[in-house]
Amino acid sequence: MKKDKLILGNKEFNSRFILGSGKYDPELIKAAIEGADAEIVTMALRRANSETDDIVKYIPKNVTLLPNTSGARTADEAVRIARLSRELGCGDFIKIEVIRDTKYLLPDNYETVKATEILAKEGFVVLPYMYPDLNIARDLQNAGAAAVMPLASPIGSNSGIQTERFIQILIDEIDLPIIVDAGLGRPSQACRVMEMGAAAVMANTAIATAGDKILMARAFKDAINAGRQGYLAKLGRVSNEANASSPATDFLMEE
Amino acid sequence: MFENSNHMEFFEGMEDIKSDLREKVLSKRDEIDFDTFTKADVKTAIYKENLNEMDFAALLSPAASEMLDEIAHRAFEVRKKHFGNCVNLFTPIYIANYCENACVYCGFRRDNKIHRAKLDDSEIKREMQAIKEDGLEEVLILTGESDKYSDVKYIANACKMASEHFKNVAVEIYPCDVEDYKYLHEHHADYVTVFQETYDIEKYGQLHPAGKKRSFPYRFDTQERAILGGIRGVGFGVLFGLTDFRKDAFSNAYHAYLLQRKYPHAEIAMSCPRLRPTPGDSYDNYNKVTERELLQIICAYRLFLPFAAITVSTRERAGFRKEIVKYATKISAGVSTGIGLRGKDIEDKGDDQFEIADSRSVKEIVESIKESGFQPVMNDYLFV
Repeated sequence: MKKDKLILGNKEFNSRFILGSGKYDPELIKAAIEGADAEIVTMALRRANSETDDIVKYIPKNVTLLPNTSGARTADEAVRIARLSRELGCGDFIKIEVIRDTKYLLPDNYETVKATEILAKEGFVVLPYMYPDLNIARDLQNAGAAAVMPLASPIGSNSGIQTERFIQILIDEIDLPIIVDAGLGRPSQACRVMEMGAAAVMANTAIATAGDKILMARAFKDAINAGRQGYLAKLGRVSNEANASSPATDFLMEE
Repeated sequence: MFENSNHMEFFEGMEDIKSDLREKVLSKRDEIDFDTFTKADVKTAIYKENLNEMDFAALLSPAASEMLDEIAHRAFEVRKKHFGNCVNLFTPIYIANYCENACVYCGFRRDNKIHRAKLDDSEIKREMQAIKEDGLEEVLILTGESDKYSDVKYIANACKMASEHFKNVAVEIYPCDVEDYKYLHEHHADYVTVFQETYDIEKYGQLHPAGKKRSFPYRFDTQERAILGGIRGVGFGVLFGLTDFRKDAFSNAYHAYLLQRKYPHAEIAMSCPRLRPTPGDSYDNYNKVTERELLQIICAYRLFLPFAAITVSTRERAGFRKEIVKYATKISAGVSTGIGLRGKDIEDKGDDQFEIADSRSVKEIVESIKESGFQPVMNDYLFV
């Protein structure tokens, strides 16, 4: 069987679990990464912008850093943060977050498209965080995004897959990896979006706020793997009615 | 200056942005009667996902003070959800203490016979270097309120110098016009804090007999002018103890709430200072706010504005500050409220604004935060 890899830009990954680092004690990040078997870890560049408690040094070298533009309120600010990230040696991967609402922290899709367009042209591997809207997802694809990262529910809310139907539409219609980001609170929810055909899951709060963080990281990993296998195995059809036992086409004559 | 002027008007030369917020805050303040809230109202407010101002008022009520434990538990959960276990540290730098105002409760007031001082460039630099050695990366630049001795250009220059040493530069200075905030922002200041002191307009007039601060509306619009000038975040505060703390806490947070609704990108911070003794002063005519009441205020803020930073200063004792980070998110460290006390060999030091109650070093505070299971964060910000 062909190896099942997640491909982003020119890199291949075995793991489909992207771990956030926002709410961790730096000391805990390493353990969480190991528990999760994560190969990609996101990191707010503004958080890394410290001389005294540099969070980057706690992230193992073999892990791909996915810096995000958290703090950007416009496309222009996101572009500047991305360029700074590259200058600081954080690589070409960039997760775009443009947020103009400090209460709900919902992404601004319009500014996100603009930033994606500019950064993709500059050779970044652009992973935009977005509110699941099909037209915007198409615009992001045309603008050169490497994946699309729709939110399941408001960030940090642990409230599950509130946008399920719309994420399914993106999975069905967009020829890019769909990485479900934000709001997943339980391993079962991560499993569910993977069964739906999501390419990967990104989570932070669900693990960072768990009683046993390492165990929760492992639970998400297993759930993501199970969901992926379920998707690859092709789920059986779900039906509310019994299937008719006598075929309706019996009377047709073979010609 | 402005001794007998109507304190509810803008004085000559003050910018009026025609804001609609003042009327909204003051009329709602008048409407609220804290004694009408029941325990059932409080219970509803504690577990509501998205609180409105009436829920918030319920949390500040006398009925709620009997349910403080339950409120605090919920506030801790909400704090963890929004901020994890991060505690941001910052330190104030007082660069000048000349003041044109006459606030009867403040050590910097113009007729108080204290040593006045203003740091020059090289003194500011030495002060900053001394702070830098402690590992701090966020600073708050403060002055007394004198645009004569410490004009915007002087403050902007200090901000620019600070940006070369530190990651995050905030100011707590006299209220300015939109153009001034643009200028300060160009010099890397990105956060502006101004305390309204009290929203009791009669009391405000009595406590602020002279100086530009006497104009209540000009001060009220400060945060909005700062946002219009391109500043990222704004801080609010009232001085608890000047009058009915429930009404002032309500007005202050409701003011912040309305501003965030009007400018959804604005970052909001709440400060919760209690009146402290000031040097050479006998002002004891205040309504004492207890630690228990302060905790109630902070928890109510946390539930009403879950996304807002809440700052607790060294006006509070170490033991209180150690516990309060369960609900608040930001504390000052290595604080001096005098002028140029950290830099070695700086002469002509100015006197302090108020006495501090937590004199632990930065290192001690960092250790204590870790001991409580929290994570000290020196910087979480990028100037863009």
